[in-house]
Formats: sequence, C-alpha cells, structure tokens
Amino acid sequence: MPLLEVAGLTKHFVRTPGLFGKTSVVRAVQDVTFSIDEGEMFGLVGESGSGKSTTGRCILRLMEPTAGEVRFKGENVLGFSRERMRRARRDMQIVFQDPYSSLNPRMRVRDIVEEPLVIHKLGSGDERRARVKELFELVGLEPAHLERYPHEFSGGQRQRIGIARALALNPAFVIADEAVSALDVSIQAQVVKLLLDLQARLKLTYLFIAHDLRLVEHICSRVAVMYRGRIVEMGDTRALFANPTHPYTKALLSAIPLLDPDAPRTRIELDPASFDAAAPLREIAAGHLAAL
Amino acid sequence: MAPLLDVQHLSVSFGGPMPAVDDVSFHIAAGETLGVVGESGSGKSVTAFSILRLVQPPGRVTSGTVRFEGRDLLTLSEAQMREVRGARISLIFQEPMTALNPVMRVGDQIAEALTVHGRSRAEAQARAIELIDAVKIPDAARRARDYPHQLSGGMRQRAMIAIALACHPPLVIADEPTTALDVTIQAQVLDLLRELKTRFNLALLLITHDFGVIAEMADRVAVMYRGRLVEEGPVRQILRAPAHEYTQALLAAVPGMAKPGGGVR
Repeated sequence: MPLLEVAGLTKHFVRTPGLFGKTSVVRAVQDVTFSIDEGEMFGLVGESGSGKSTTGRCILRLMEPTAGEVRFKGENVLGFSRERMRRARRDMQIVFQDPYSSLNPRMRVRDIVEEPLVIHKLGSGDERRARVKELFELVGLEPAHLERYPHEFSGGQRQRIGIARALALNPAFVIADEAVSALDVSIQAQVVKLLLDLQARLKLTYLFIAHDLRLVEHICSRVAVMYRGRIVEMGDTRALFANPTHPYTKALLSAIPLLDPDAPRTRIELDPASFDAAAPLREIAAGHLAAL
Repeated sequence: MAPLLDVQHLSVSFGGPMPAVDDVSFHIAAGETLGVVGESGSGKSVTAFSILRLVQPPGRVTSGTVRFEGRDLLTLSEAQMREVRGARISLIFQEPMTALNPVMRVGDQIAEALTVHGRSRAEAQARAIELIDAVKIPDAARRARDYPHQLSGGMRQRAMIAIALACHPPLVIADEPTTALDVTIQAQVLDLLRELKTRFNLALLLITHDFGVIAEMADRVAVMYRGRLVEEGPVRQILRAPAHEYTQALLAAVPGMAKPGGGVR
C-alpha cells in the first residue's frame, strides 16, 4: 500500500490587482495525482513556477488546496481537524531550501532542534535533551556545538540542523523541498548521502522536490515532471530518463549541460503547440505515464 | 604572441590570516574561454574582480601583475582604469535583477554603456536596439522601452549581456552567468554566449561551480580551492584525468560524473 496518495490536487490563487482591476486566477497546481510507496524516494521536478513546491506545501496543509485528495496511511489528510492535523504533522515533516532563512537566528541550535518536541509536549526535559543530542549525532554534527547559534555554522551544517529538526518527532515521511539546491556540490553530495543513510536506517519515505535533474536521476526511484501546474510525465527514473516521451520532458532533459565536451548536443526546443496542455496522464509503458 | 590577459602571482588579502587569493597565475588568449571553477569562498570571484580592480576595501591586491593589451592594469590610474572597464573588459553578473538599474529603461542602460565611452546619445540609442536584437530579445524596439521588472529572468540576463557587449570588448568576465536561471533558459543563454563569442571573437573568463557549464563552454579550466589555483589545463584533461586530489574530489561529487579515468557517463 502506498504511504502517500495524492489525487486531483489543485491549488488556485486568486489575484485582485487593485480596486477596479479584473481578478485573475493563477492555476498553480492542476489536477495532480501520484502516490509514494513506503521507503521510496520520489522525485518531483520542474522549473520555477511549475507548482512543485506548492504541491509539497498543500500535502502538509501549510497552504490549503482548492480541491483534491491527500491520503496518508490511508487517511484523508484534508478532512483532518486542526488538532488531528497537528498530530499528523508529527509523521509528515519538511526540510526547506534555504538553511539561512529557515532557522531562527536568535535561537540556540539546541532549542531549534528541541522545539518540535516541546510543541508536541513529548518527553521530560532530560529525555528531550538526550533526544536532541542523539539527533545531532544522527545527522553528523558535534553535540559539543549544541549551544551555538545558527550563524556559527556553515550552509551544509545548517541544512543538517534543519534535517535534525525535521526528524525530531520521528516522522515516516519527509518532504525535501530543494533541500540541497543552495549548497556547494561537495557539501550537496554529503547532505544527499545523509538523506540516503537516514532513508535506510529510519525507513523514511521522501518526496524530493528539485530542479536538478542530474541529482534526481541518481537518487530517486521514481520521478514526476511538472510543467505549468500539471504532471506531464511520471515513471521509473531509469525509464523516464532513457525514454522521455512528453515534449516538455524531452526539452527539459535536452537542456541539461552534458559533462562530456565531445558528446553531440541536440537541443530540443519546446513547441507549446505540439501537445495538448490539458491531456490527462495515460500509461505509455508499464509504470511510465505521459500526458499525451 | 602574448596572451590577451596574463595574470601573474596575484594575491588579494582582506586583512585576515589567510589571503583570499594566494599567488594565482593564469592567462587567456584572444577568443578563448577559460572556465574558473571552485566552491563558495574559493576566491574565484575575488580573482575576477581584482582584474577590473573592483575589490572593495578592506580587500586589496597585495602582489602580482595583471597584463592586458600590453599594460599592467594594477599600475593604471583610476581614470585610465575607467577606460578599460566596460570598453575593453566587461562583466556579466549572476543576478540580473540586482545588477540592472530598476528605474531605468533597458534601452537607456545599454545606451549608457556607450555614452560613457564617448558615443553620442542618438548613436547610442540606435546601437542599443541593434544589441537587444543581437541577444535575441524579440521586438527589440519595444523592449528597449521596458523596465527590468517587465522582462523575464532569461531576458534580463540577455539585456545584461547586451550591456556587456555594447563596446565590443575583447574580454568578458562572466560571474556565474546562468546560475540563477532555469535549465531550459540556461541552455538558451549558453547557446547565445557561444554564438556571440564566435561572432565578436570574444575571450571569456567564465566563473562557475557547474561542471556541466564548463564542459559546454570552456576551452581550458582553472580549479580554485581556498584561494589557490590548484590545477589548470585543457577541459578534456581536467574532466577525464584530473591530477589534483581536490579536483578529483570535486568531480566525484558531481551527480552523473563517472569516476576519473573511467570516462564520462
């Protein structure tokens, strides 16, 4: 059974430009359907404004979707009361992109990592302190640095602090929203390795939101490609990268700079007239869907 | 023939115990692209800014020479240096939204690059529209009257390239020119840079942390680590048989890059 099922998820933003302006609707997420199996690293890729982060936020109800269904362990998350949602969030966590703005600069990192435990009233003071120390070790940080402030850490270390905080409540599901995009490549590799280690050790399930297709190709078992609010192609990572079928996926993959200076370059330009933007996803091969 | 740019033993200090740039030497021939790679804080941007003498105090060049078109730029007066900046060596930044003036029309900003170097206003205005056309922004005459916020990210970066090319400089320094762009837009901007390079016989000092961009663009590569240039060589040699331990580690961290020696995936 899938851990997370998203069906027909839709998020519209209504814009009112001034008093007499005509309101316009931004269709940020349109009829998005996918599911993630337990223990899976599922990639959601797309360019800026494609709706991938909005999809992540709607799943956790950090913003309310306009329509659709989100089922977590079989339960309808969108039907949860405030109190029930609060409890559900213990199991569903998020790591954000920017380790500089997502950690409170005035809090010691010990308190940042402990805060979720305090909010959810878990454990005694001693138990919480022990848990924070354990989390620090889990993500590869020095427990001796617990009394420091975020500015005393590098970008990669801050991202580890963000991960420790996300793991404090022992969640089953973690959304990594561009969690390694702001990091230097060697640091990025270390944090990715940490995410993979944690996946194996804690049986975590990830929604890995990213724009770096090369990275997604290497760590995700399945991937969905978003374009203008819709999933246009989805499937096993290997099959999708080997045989991209939707015109947008083809254009996107052909735009990735190749690492071989002598490889032939065939840039495919996207022709928006070449496909029906409203076409539903259909299966084109086993486990490989495209909106054609 | 002497190279277009020849940097020898350049050191830059910000007053700390470690120099930001430590005894760095490299050269660029006319029409050549040298890629400079390194991680944040490796000194690659400071090196580029020192060439144009744009390092802000407390940073200062403590030693070295920067020979360009037969002169050492480090010995020029500030007035002579202003004649070099923009006209002989120009700069493309990562973030077009902060590099462009938000309250000035794009066409006027391109024209300004020409009028400060002595062209008449009318001539500069006409040339600005030609340049907007050259960087493939459609409907150039109308776009010239737009403000930066009216352009997309990719178009803003093209507008900045137009400013950089306005005076036909033989050398352009591009500091992470596509880092802030989506991959499809990046591909278009890289294609454009390549085309303009050939058309205007530009030499390019390309600063990036992305080995994909290096593989697409560079003839030679210099790798920087903690202020030092640790390895330099032709692009194929650096990507396929890196000699320095740091280059090897850096390449090993790139997703999709095979282990050195095993060729490229």
